[in-house]
Parts: sequence; C-alpha cells; structure tokens
Amino acid sequence: MAERPARSGKPRGNLPPLELYVPEPRYRPGDEVDYSHLAIPDAGKQPRPDEACKPDETWPLCGDMIRVLDGEHRAVGPWDPKLDPETLRRMLRVMALTRAFDDRMYRAQRQGKTSFYMKCTGEEATSVASAFALADDDMVFPSYRQQGILIARGYPLIEMINQIYSNRADKLKGRQLPIMYSARDFGFFSISGNLSTQLPQAAGWAMASASKGDTRIAAGWVGEGASAEGDFHSALTFAAVYNAPVIFNLVNNQYAISSFSGFAGAERATFAARAIGYGIAGLRVDGNDPLAVFAAVQWAANRARSNMGPTLIEHFTYRAEGHSTSDDPSAYRSAHEREEWPLGDPVMRLKRHLIALGEWSKETHEEMDRDVAEEVKAVAKEAEKNGILGHGLHHPFHTMFEDVFEDLPWHLEEQAEQAVRERRIKWPDWDGQ
Amino acid sequence: MSVEESPVSLSEAPTRRLNMIEAINDALDIMLERDPNVVIMGEDVGYFGGVFRCTAGLQEKYGKTRVFDTPISEGGIIGVAVGMGAYGLRPVPEIQFADYIYPGLDQLVSEAARLRYRSAGEFIAPMTVRAPFGGGIFGGQTHSQSPEALFTHVAGLKTVVPSTPHDAKGLLIAAIEDNDPVIFFEPKRIYNGPFDGYYDRPAKTWEHHPGSEVPEGYYSLPLGKARIVREGAALTVLAYGTMIHVAESVLAEKGVDAEIIDLRTLVPIDIEAVEKSVEKTGKCLVIHEATRTSGFGAELAALVQERCFYHLEAPIERVTGFDTPYPHSLEWAYFPGPVRIGEAVDRLLAAG
Repeated sequence: MAERPARSGKPRGNLPPLELYVPEPRYRPGDEVDYSHLAIPDAGKQPRPDEACKPDETWPLCGDMIRVLDGEHRAVGPWDPKLDPETLRRMLRVMALTRAFDDRMYRAQRQGKTSFYMKCTGEEATSVASAFALADDDMVFPSYRQQGILIARGYPLIEMINQIYSNRADKLKGRQLPIMYSARDFGFFSISGNLSTQLPQAAGWAMASASKGDTRIAAGWVGEGASAEGDFHSALTFAAVYNAPVIFNLVNNQYAISSFSGFAGAERATFAARAIGYGIAGLRVDGNDPLAVFAAVQWAANRARSNMGPTLIEHFTYRAEGHSTSDDPSAYRSAHEREEWPLGDPVMRLKRHLIALGEWSKETHEEMDRDVAEEVKAVAKEAEKNGILGHGLHHPFHTMFEDVFEDLPWHLEEQAEQAVRERRIKWPDWDGQ
Repeated sequence: MSVEESPVSLSEAPTRRLNMIEAINDALDIMLERDPNVVIMGEDVGYFGGVFRCTAGLQEKYGKTRVFDTPISEGGIIGVAVGMGAYGLRPVPEIQFADYIYPGLDQLVSEAARLRYRSAGEFIAPMTVRAPFGGGIFGGQTHSQSPEALFTHVAGLKTVVPSTPHDAKGLLIAAIEDNDPVIFFEPKRIYNGPFDGYYDRPAKTWEHHPGSEVPEGYYSLPLGKARIVREGAALTVLAYGTMIHVAESVLAEKGVDAEIIDLRTLVPIDIEAVEKSVEKTGKCLVIHEATRTSGFGAELAALVQERCFYHLEAPIERVTGFDTPYPHSLEWAYFPGPVRIGEAVDRLLAAG
C-alpha cells in the first residue's frame, strides 16, 4: 500500500491552518478562584411562564437562572412556591439527614466496611427538593447521586446501609456496587452504573403510563457529563416525539470525575438550552436554592401531568466533594472552588431562610444535626449486625445464580454445582450458606 | 401451553399455508389480541406495516398506541422498551435489520439483560426484540449480518432463530410470553421460501414445505427445545435458521443419512438433543452463516467435545461464513453453501 504523506494540506490563500481546540478549566490545584465571569441573576427576577406554554416560550429561562432565595434569605418573585414552614422544616431535615448519612457512610468506607461510596454533598437540594415536588408514586429513574430521593420518600435507612454493606439483609442480594439501590415500592428504579441509560427508560415508562391512561409521571436524573451520551439525545427525542409525561433533571455539578463541564459542551451553550432544539420546555435553576428547585420541578410536573409534555431542567450546582471514595479532587481542581462557590450551600440557605421567617433558630438547627447524626449512627450499628462487606455474612451462596433468568437453565445449574464444589474444596467445614 | 404438552395434537388443529412473514404477523396479531400489555414499535412498523410487512394491518386493527412507528434510534427503541417493561408492558420492538442493532447494544447488554439480576427481581425486562438477519438477498454488508453470537455471549439474554413458518409463530408467541428479554432473529432469506443453498436455481416458495402448515390460533413452542428435522445415523448436523434448509438439500443430494437438528433456541440450548444425537452418530457438523471466529459454532463444538468426546469418531467440522464483512457482489462466495458443506461432509464420512 502506498504511504500517505504526513501532511497533505496545501496553504489556501491567507487562511491560517486549522487549530484543534481542547477545553481547559479556569482553575487547577493551588489557583486562586474568581467566579466573577458567572452570571448569577438576582433572585425573584425570572418570569414564570404558564405551565401549558409552548416549549420555546421557556427559551429565556434556559440562559437565565431561576432563583427564589435572595441575599436576605427571603423567598421572592413569581417562582416562590410559598411552602408552609412545616414543609420547609421537613425538607431541611431530609437534606440534613442525607448529609449525615453521607458522612457516616463515607467514614464506613474508609473504615473498610464497604468497597465504595458516593456523597452528594452540596447537591442535596437537587434530589430532596425535587422529590418534595413530585407525587410519591411518580416513578424516578435516578443516576447514582440521588440518595436524597430515597430518604425523602421514607425508604428505611437500614435498607440503604444493608445494600452498601452487601450483607445478608441486602435486598439486592449483594449483587450491586454500593449505592446502586433499587426500590420498586418507593417508585425508585434500579440504578445502573452505566450512564444516561436511565433516560430513555424514563421516557419509555412515561409513554407506557400515558398509553394506559395513568396519572403518574416519570422523572429521570443525569449528570451534565453524561448528557454527552447518545442515550440522553434519544431520550429527549422520544420524549418530544410522543409528548411523554417525563421530567429530565440534569444535575450540572461542574464535574464528571476530573473533567470539567466544558467537555460536555458547557462552554458553548447552557445544558437547559438543549431542550429547545428538541421542542421540549427548558428551565435552568439555581440548584443550591431548594425553593427554586422545588418550584421548577413542580412546574414541570404539573405540565407533564396535564399532557403538556416533557421538560429538561438544568440544576446548576457544585460537587463539593470527590466523585466517589475512589477519587481525590485535589489532584485536578482548586480547593478554593468550593469555598468561593457563589451559590452557597443548600442546607445553609434553607436554614437561614427558616430563621429569617422566625420559624427556626441556630439552636434548633444544632439539635437537628445532632438528632440526624444519632439516627444514622444507630441505624448503621443495627445494619452491621447483618454483616459488612467481606466478613462472611452474605447472601446464601446459591443466590449468585438466581435471577439471571426467571428460571435456572441447565448450564447455570451446572455452573452452580461447580461453584458449590469449589467452595467445599476450599472450605471443607462450609455450612452450605 | 406448548405444542408438545397440548392435548390437541397439531394434526387436529386446522392449519393454513403461510409464509414466514404471515406466520410472524399471525403471532403478533394473536398476542396483541390476548394481552393488552403487548405493544409493537419500530421503524416503519405502524401504518406502513414494516419494510418486510411483518406488522401489516396491525396498527389499523389495534390502534396507534399499541403499534407505532419510532424515531430512527435503536438505542432509544430498546431503552424505551426497558422502561415500558418496568411499567408492566410487554414490548415487542422491531429492529429493521439485525445490522442496525448495535446502537441498542448497551441497552440490551447492560440494562435489559441484567435488570432482573441487579434489582433481585424487582424489575424485569420482558421484551422480544425482533430483527431480520442473515444474507443471501444482495443486502451488502449492512443488511446481511448474523450477529447472534454477540447476544448468546450475554448472561441474561435468550436468543431464538426459527427456520419455518410453523416454528416462527410458535416460538415468537413463546418469546413474547417469556419474562426475560429474547432476541428473535428472523432469517430473512427464508421469509418467502425455504432456500436450498443453490442460488443459481429457481427460488421456491413455502407452498410445498410441511413447515408452512401453520395451525390457526394460539400455540407456543417452548424455548430451549430443539427440533429433529430428520433422523439419521451417519452424522449429526447442528444448525438453525436458513442453514437448516441448505443442509437438508445438500445432504439429500449427496444421499447421506444425516441427523439434522434445528436448535431453534441458541440460549438456552437443548443440550440433551445435541448429546443424544452425537452419541448416536459419532460425527458432528456445525453450520452457521455468521463469521467463523468466536461464532456460535465455536460454542457448539466446545460443548460437543466436552460432553461427547468419547463418542466422536472424527474431528467436529465447522462450516461458516468467512471472517470478512458480507460482500455485496461476491455474497455467494461468502455464503456457506453446498460446496463448503459438501467438503466438510466428505471429510467427516472419510474419517473413522
């Protein structure tokens, strides 16, 4: 075969040679951080279109940012959901409980009780406030950082920890990586671990619900990084084509492990802006403002439930911690980013709002923090009685071969027999469990 | 209820002569009628009735929410079907050509196949993915492939290939009723007639083939059960789909008393039927149209040598397509036709 020349392009008049652009984040470890380039609009200034509006009427909101809590911690503007103080206190408590749960499980991983954990610190509002805005029987198709939904829906913490420890009480029989929950009775779809696959599934579930004349809607979650997957685009296409009653929550926490959002296209357009090209309503919301998140998801849920179609919501937030226990963000980003993040912390913002309303105090908050920490500690202790990862208290051995198919075919029966034989050779005193 | 278990024998059920397309259409019609959760979707399957006409008339009969067109997005089609299954529907997506299934692979391999396992049975993906496959129709490299081995390799998927209209109907009904995801590959070369492998002879229709006698109404053939096409003593042929008919005609013309086994289901495979036959004949010929390396024939050869080695009187022969893309103008050079099969048969008969 003839060898190709290394460079075949000839100069074309005065045109410069082509240049490949590779995105680069603004800050690396040690850098001073300046967020003045981020346009953070005043709270309360964003118009709230009718829930039945045409998709393209939401276009201004795709570049703006829906914000409700202002600098004085008041709820202002047309997006204020006007929640009563009791609901706000419940929301605050679920967010605090989620954070306490994360802290305890992170430590449990460091203590060797499990292999892996993922915190959602700083992003609690994107799942907790969303869950508050949905009906409890709406079906959610989460990604891996939506533990706040399960906690908001009252899923027993002990089931979560049993799963994280892969112990003998783990409802998923020790088959899934920690935090990849499944809770059908709580309207929580099995978490995959492969990215964006849940979005076309959410669209399909919503299509099925619509075709059966149901009243339940579906809501999916995805990170901004994973929005580059083909499944994101097929999900939006299907949702638009069939006017599916589904909400796509895109959590833009700025990072996909070490890759900043520029590698998903954030330098060219907002993620909410993608909605309009598909003919879907788009909203961009301050993801650290629990009231704004609630209001945006409520708007989208009302819209979906009245056959007005799907919505894509970009939750603009910040991943305050590492991607997972296997990640060390100090290796690729400046520690000042978290300190300087201009949208603050969702738990603190709701706390200050409640205090401003005269419905909360520093003391009650501290008491709540102690309570939730104690609650998690007690449940974790209880869960440990069922075993921790690798300490022998796992599901019966034969369950490994179950649920590959509804029935056990001959080849899996043979392989199960072999596995049992191997175990008896290795552990002659094995009790068969 | 399977045919084998049915108190009404097939001969008692009234039959009609159908080609494979009509038989598939009949199966879909029956399942849409019997189960309100069955939905059919795919590119051009709605008003138009599918590029091969397998879904003709079904949208008119059952409405647009039961039978509908989709965007050209195989990943989306399978992904949506997973979500529908989680809701409680029983989707039967059509992938227009098996060659187009690859954008849907992640949803099949990582999602549909593992959903039951990873959720410990909380969620299942009871879908039947229909896709025409195989060549011999001048389809070129993008309308001719046989990718079954990609799917038999995946834990949690069942793979089915019918070889007659009768089997296509019964197997498709069983696949739709199955609570696990099933890949249902339809050999499109034999949609309209049993191809004997001689591309230079006139094409036959299904009219005179016993496999086109299709019982009316509902019946199902159990997945995982092979069919003995022809009993014989000289050697065992393991094949499926189009290659059943090619093997039948080649061995008949050579006058070889072969036992031909139509596997019908590749996973789970009917290992008893395979063992029983090879133990009887002592010689085994594996045939498929797909490329050779890591093809399903490699699995068959391995199973036979593991389980029947001391009955074998000759090395197992594999007749397959070549390890090239399916060439357009030279497709008959690729196709494992009478000459390639004939040589392998001669080698088997000469041995031992």
